[in-house]
Amino acid sequence: MQNNYNIFKRIFYFYVDGFRNMSSLGKYLWLIILIKLFIMFFVLKLFFFPDILNVKYDNDEEKSNHVIERLTNPKSEKEDD
Amino acid sequence: MIESIDLSLVNWSRAQFALTAIYHWLFVPLTLGLSFIMAFMETIYVKTGNPEWKRITQFWMVIFGINFAIGVATGLILEFEFGTNWSNYSWFVGDIFGAPLAIEGIVAFFLESTFIAVMFFGWKKISKKFHLLSTWLVAFGANLSAFWILVANAWMQYPTGMKFNPDTARNEMQNFWDVALSPVAVNKFLHTITSGFVLAAVVVIGISAWYLLKRREMLLAKRSIVFASVFGLLSSLFVVLTGDGSAKQVADKQPMKLAAMEGLYEGEKGAGLIAFSVLNTDKEVGDGTDGHLVKVEIPKALSFLGFGNFNSFVPGINDLVKGYEYTNENGEKVTEPGAKEKIQMGRKAINALGDYKAAKEAGNSAEAEKHLKILRKNFQYFGYGYLNDPESIVPNVPFTFYSFHIMVILGFYFVVFFSLVLYFNQRNKIAEKRWLLRLAIVTIPLVYIASVAGWVTAEVGRQPWVIQDIMPTIAAVSRLDASSVQITFWLFAAIFTVLLIAELKIMFRQIKKGPEGEE
Repeated sequence: MQNNYNIFKRIFYFYVDGFRNMSSLGKYLWLIILIKLFIMFFVLKLFFFPDILNVKYDNDEEKSNHVIERLTNPKSEKEDD
Repeated sequence: MIESIDLSLVNWSRAQFALTAIYHWLFVPLTLGLSFIMAFMETIYVKTGNPEWKRITQFWMVIFGINFAIGVATGLILEFEFGTNWSNYSWFVGDIFGAPLAIEGIVAFFLESTFIAVMFFGWKKISKKFHLLSTWLVAFGANLSAFWILVANAWMQYPTGMKFNPDTARNEMQNFWDVALSPVAVNKFLHTITSGFVLAAVVVIGISAWYLLKRREMLLAKRSIVFASVFGLLSSLFVVLTGDGSAKQVADKQPMKLAAMEGLYEGEKGAGLIAFSVLNTDKEVGDGTDGHLVKVEIPKALSFLGFGNFNSFVPGINDLVKGYEYTNENGEKVTEPGAKEKIQMGRKAINALGDYKAAKEAGNSAEAEKHLKILRKNFQYFGYGYLNDPESIVPNVPFTFYSFHIMVILGFYFVVFFSLVLYFNQRNKIAEKRWLLRLAIVTIPLVYIASVAGWVTAEVGRQPWVIQDIMPTIAAVSRLDASSVQITFWLFAAIFTVLLIAELKIMFRQIKKGPEGEE
């Protein structure tokens, strides 16, 4: 029946059927992937790994000035000071 | 110049990056090699129509899937670290680092989200040939992904194809092909992916050997061993060849790394290659003592391997610190400045950058132009300006030396190992040689050790540089509290250890279970 669908629907059902008929090992591995991605993006990235220049500065000029200051004056203060 | 930067911060930041990179790398090479092994096996299935080859392919595909699922996205953490722990570096490298990584992300996303799904979901839904094409595209895609990452790494070892923009403090790409196809990048790519092929071949032989020891899945094991031993032998010979290419690139572009790899303190014409040595760990630069307590060397081999000439001069650590003279291939005398002179030139470049910026802000374009000229003239030694003393250019010699020699010894061992496995398998005696089967299992951790040792040589050996000669690690690091870096170090250690244990447990269970269907 799915052979009558257009290409996009066939691709969609290909994935849906693939996930639906996945082995228990496959489901277990997907669970690990999702937990891992959650920890990486919603815990590590959010709370531990801010992009320092993006957080502190609004535009490229400010970022450039900050890095030039860092490069030419290595005794400058810590990032969070 | 950098007295104010807390060394414990630099060391913890380096340790954190090293930990995440090594853990990430534990998953990568098996993906690179096993994808091609699967593709070749499936090709035999499609050509012969023999269902046993389909069963063999599907079994290795499951092992590939486990490794891929556990390892996927672990490399993203490295990108998080660039933004947080190495913010100066991230900005300084500009689009040169960003472009290859962006291409890698796009290639990886499209290939992995489409063709891996087709490979796993499509066995009964698409034609045999289209399925085979998908498997090959997964193999090429995975290795192409690796190419872009290695291009970025190679640029750090040999910065080329760029120009520093003093207004933005960023390096801007001038020639994409100079970056993507630099001799260091091409050689690094070939050496690294083929080392992944060797690793995958060893893993396939090791798992198959376990089946033979248990007298299970004999046909799968023997066929897999035939295939993996040929693939592994050819790959290991190619690794030796590209290793030689790597040594020549290092000799030319990172002579200090070569000197550390060989524990060579005093440069010489016709330098020998160390076959075996115990390093003198109390050795200090310029103290006049021998760097080796005991050594066995192959005469003149280092000169030949490094420069293609048995009598070439190979500079040692002391020469590179103090400066030296040598005669080039045209017979001209060349003077290579020592680190002290390079530090002075680097400081001129750094001061010129600050003065240029100040002159620009003051609207004094003539003054700005003058400082820009000084910056351009000395920029090749920009990074030296951050170093406190000439000895700072020396990496950790014992770590580099032993990592390099462990890698080389194991590399030659793998050639012998694959030859033995192939020989006994061709004579149909492999199942009787239980010592060889046990050796095959023991070889699995050895191939991982060799693989990590290769990266340790490449990355520890290039210290203090994060970008060769242009930016040292100490200038690249973000000024965070060392304690916060320590916390994330242990957090990563815990997360990655859990992932590794999960991978090993799932993989062992699947190997014990064996392939689906009757033999």
